[in-house]
Amino acid sequence: MNAFSVTFRRDLAMMWSGGGALTPIGFFLGATLLVPLAMGPERSLLESAGPPLVWIAAALAVLATLERLFQADLEDGSLDQMLLSRAPLEWLVLAKACALWCAVGLPLALAAAPAAIALQAPVDRVAAIVLSLALGTAAFIGIGLVGAAITAGVKRGGVLIALIVLPFFAPPIIFGAAVASGEDVGAALAVLTGCALGAMALGPIAAAAALRLQAE
Amino acid sequence: MSGARPFQDNPALRVDGLAVARGGRVLFSGLSFAAGAGDYVELRGANGSGKTSLIRALAGFLPPRAGTIVFERIEEPALALHYVGHSNGLKSNASVASHARYWAGLFGGVGDAEGALVRVGLSGARDRLARTLSQGQARRLALSRLVIAPRPIWLLDEPAAALDAQGRETLGALVAAHRADGGIVVAAVHEPLGPEPSLALKVGA
Repeated sequence: MNAFSVTFRRDLAMMWSGGGALTPIGFFLGATLLVPLAMGPERSLLESAGPPLVWIAAALAVLATLERLFQADLEDGSLDQMLLSRAPLEWLVLAKACALWCAVGLPLALAAAPAAIALQAPVDRVAAIVLSLALGTAAFIGIGLVGAAITAGVKRGGVLIALIVLPFFAPPIIFGAAVASGEDVGAALAVLTGCALGAMALGPIAAAAALRLQAE
Repeated sequence: MSGARPFQDNPALRVDGLAVARGGRVLFSGLSFAAGAGDYVELRGANGSGKTSLIRALAGFLPPRAGTIVFERIEEPALALHYVGHSNGLKSNASVASHARYWAGLFGGVGDAEGALVRVGLSGARDRLARTLSQGQARRLALSRLVIAPRPIWLLDEPAAALDAQGRETLGALVAAHRADGGIVVAAVHEPLGPEPSLALKVGA
């Protein structure tokens, strides 16, 4: 097996075995399902404020998984070994990002279906919301790689990651909220696809450069 | 790993006027040595003298402040060397066997991950999680990388740390076999590793 697939499988297995993948899903469902309780059952209020809240919750849930993404590899010496691999570090970082998306991003998008219904989103829009979140979490992860790599050497760097990364979460959130509220769904999905592909292509390159500096 | 020297193109390592700094402090400078096929370079020095930094500079992780490190007849140094440092590079929730499989994929090993575990004496622990291993067993697992993917240059930082007498014997045998194969071993040690070094180098002032 090649370096990409062993890295992907190892990261996926680690996230499932450690229960790390369930925490962001639980956070996401908990946060979104509390909103109707906090805002009251008024349908019109929930309809307008609810769907964007799905996106905020998803962004925060992804953010919570980023802190340990590279920090663990730096601390236990795995990063040194990744630098000696046949595959370039960028490629291995992409493998880790894909594993994170499969373990966290995709389940988050699926969990958005019950969350959106609880927030009074029209049932015929739920499929578009799930699809938009699948793209949006990919964009979040691609962007988040860079923040995670820069702060890998910082203890309790979670807040720092949020400061670095949250401004760049704005484009996916803007267009994702457009999908959620039903305006120009097709165009917004196209822009989200662009965000996801761009972030997944450029994120690993920037993250690998930051990680090479961390390895010193 | 046996038979005629697998690393036939006679790899060589040449270090010229090397200076390495950590945190703005120059640890050593003007360090020069050369090693060829079958050589074992033993690095000695007090704590903080820069043995680890030298090894990390040789591995390409730490850019030297001055001087050159040349690998002769080796195209891509990062693919020609193994590094075993203070951190073993283990994931606590992964089993011994899954580490071996992962490294075989990561380094493009020839696939005898099983045999590597037997050689470092971990065949009975293959299903145990890394967090349940003792320090010595974790080090043995890290050393199995050397066997999983044959690479000509080994950079070892205190490889015998936490190893028992039998583990040190195994390590000595690995080093001897690697030298016989025409590989190069550079190790930072406090106690002699066993095999007679072809060059003993004192690092630091």
